[in-house]
Amino acid sequence: MSNVNIGKDKCKGCELCKNICPQGIIAMSDKINTKGYYYAQVVEPTKCIVCRLCAITCPDVAIEVEAEGSLYRFFDY
Amino acid sequence: MIFVTTAQAGMTIIFMDKIFTRPESLRDVTTHYCPGCTHGIIHRMVAEVLDELSLREKTIGVAPVGCAVLAYNYFNCDCVEAAHGRAPAMATGIKRSNPGFIVFTYQGDGDLASIGTAEIIHAANRGEKITVVFVNNAIYGMTGGQMAPTTMPCQITTTTPKGRDVKQVGYPMRMSELLSTLETPSFIVRSAVHTTRNMIKTKEYLRKAFTYQKDNTCFSFVEILSVCPTNWGISPIKSAEWLEKTMVPYYPLKVFKTPEK
Amino acid sequence: MVIMAKKLMKGNEAIAEAAIHAGALSYFCYPITPQTEIAEYLAKRMPEAGGVFLQAESELAAANMVYGAACTGKRVFTTSSSPGISLMMEAMSYIAGTEVPAVFVNIMRCGPGLGGILPAQADYFQATKGGGHGDYHALVLAPSTIQEAADLMMDAFDLADKYRSPVMLVGDGMIGQMMEPVEFKPVKPRVDSSSEWAVTGCKGREPRILTSLFLDPNTLEKVNERLTAKYERMKREETRFEANVPDGECELLLVAYGTMARICKSAMADIAKEGHKLGLFRPITLFPFPEGQLEQAARGAKKILVVEMSAGQMIEDVERIVGKGKDIHFYGRTGGNVPTPDEVMREMRKII
Repeated sequence: MSNVNIGKDKCKGCELCKNICPQGIIAMSDKINTKGYYYAQVVEPTKCIVCRLCAITCPDVAIEVEAEGSLYRFFDY
Repeated sequence: MIFVTTAQAGMTIIFMDKIFTRPESLRDVTTHYCPGCTHGIIHRMVAEVLDELSLREKTIGVAPVGCAVLAYNYFNCDCVEAAHGRAPAMATGIKRSNPGFIVFTYQGDGDLASIGTAEIIHAANRGEKITVVFVNNAIYGMTGGQMAPTTMPCQITTTTPKGRDVKQVGYPMRMSELLSTLETPSFIVRSAVHTTRNMIKTKEYLRKAFTYQKDNTCFSFVEILSVCPTNWGISPIKSAEWLEKTMVPYYPLKVFKTPEK
Repeated sequence: MVIMAKKLMKGNEAIAEAAIHAGALSYFCYPITPQTEIAEYLAKRMPEAGGVFLQAESELAAANMVYGAACTGKRVFTTSSSPGISLMMEAMSYIAGTEVPAVFVNIMRCGPGLGGILPAQADYFQATKGGGHGDYHALVLAPSTIQEAADLMMDAFDLADKYRSPVMLVGDGMIGQMMEPVEFKPVKPRVDSSSEWAVTGCKGREPRILTSLFLDPNTLEKVNERLTAKYERMKREETRFEANVPDGECELLLVAYGTMARICKSAMADIAKEGHKLGLFRPITLFPFPEGQLEQAARGAKKILVVEMSAGQMIEDVERIVGKGKDIHFYGRTGGNVPTPDEVMREMRKII
């Protein structure tokens, strides 16, 4: 299980996270945030493999990733 | 919060909490950078390296003139604002007078490759023990999209509306190659941040660069090919594709020089 | 703290040694005639004193290195001559706007442009009316002897600290090249506020930012108001001058600074023997200019003669202060020609 938190009002709608997610579980909302951007959101959290690529690629540090359970060999980042 | 290092990787980890969060060296504020601007990624990675190497409390950042002119509002360390192009000179003054500080400059292509060419070449040639982060996005962002010395041939900018004509204004400048011809030992590398694979490599180079400074070894220079969706006039995702197709063949991504060689 | 006995020194070297005495241990420079001896002297002397010496790639770079070191609270200075000082004007504006202390020395040569290497006093406008862009001033000191140059150089650092401002010492080329006996006065302990603002690494405190960029107009206006208040305080507390005016009246008041004042003194000595009443007013701070004192000295003078090694720069301030109603004359030479006492005397006789 994982928890990818995309800060709704931090997001500037650049879509880089949606583009990079290997599981394809990030989509842009059809609502706008307080800045007027269509923000990104995780639509199928159960499929998240906690690769952290969304967080690594986000230019606004809008994504935080939490995880529980056992994990092997995190790649060096 | 756990930092996973090479030493720890390979272990089975049970019950962690946050595995990706904002580094301490980056303030929790919204930046003024455009959506999809890779400045945000580079800022974060520099901040992560400062955290990982425990350098924040003795670091002085030198902000440029360019889109990153307000970088001092984002880095959570002591910062100064330099005149356009003069950041390497200012960094030299700071470092020579205070060798115990970690000093880095963060410059764009106008700041470093245009008005500041003399300053960067001489800082590199003297072997100043500073780290230079060079954000190359082939255009002048802050002032609205004019030609930069690094603009690609035929690239349309507001001062080259018909595209850069190399017969009129010459070819783009390759700063990493230029600096790597100097005799003084240094660490010169060109990387990119348009794909996550490249982002991860860039962070590795940034870590190497700051480690060289921490060990008082040499001048370190990390050129990072970046995007400018707003002034290139295309989406962030398309910008990454254009960078890969047009910039990477001209600006090869590699380590040009290490102090050991 | 070693007090040296009187020593015969070249002006350039005396200025350099004075800086070391004042504890200025960061020096960034670029060679330019006629002040290169300062750099050469410090190349040997700075490392002896445990300081930092660096020859930069240009005056532009040197001035920005000064800016950087100043931001960390170190006593730092640079030296150059007129064309190089033009290149340093950018950094001086930034230093003034960021409000950090730094000392600049201009051993003036003739211009404009590349000009020549002989002395001049043609940088008065550049030094006192800003030089760089924006509403700022540097405090400007003009010695007329080597001893005074050494004393004022040491004071310059104290003044820079006191006001968190650039301070400039202007010596006409002869000050740099002459040799005279010098004795260095005891150093005052440093009084400065850098612990409150310097960037030294944010351990144990909130990070600091030193910048001259303030995009919000009200914030920048407050900065400018603070700078204006600073210059008003300089005008109240730091004006220095030398006045040799006989009480009551004099037929002719000479106004000159730097070595020109000494030339005037020689010229005056001969003419005074003939029974004429003469006066001399020598500003030592060109900014803040001793305006009230000049006005007072000029009140009892029938005529005024301003002598400068230029086409006439300080005379504009004299005219403004004294009033156009007064009979003000000017004598100056340019191109590096130094007026001799004979020439000045000839001019004086024309007027009296």
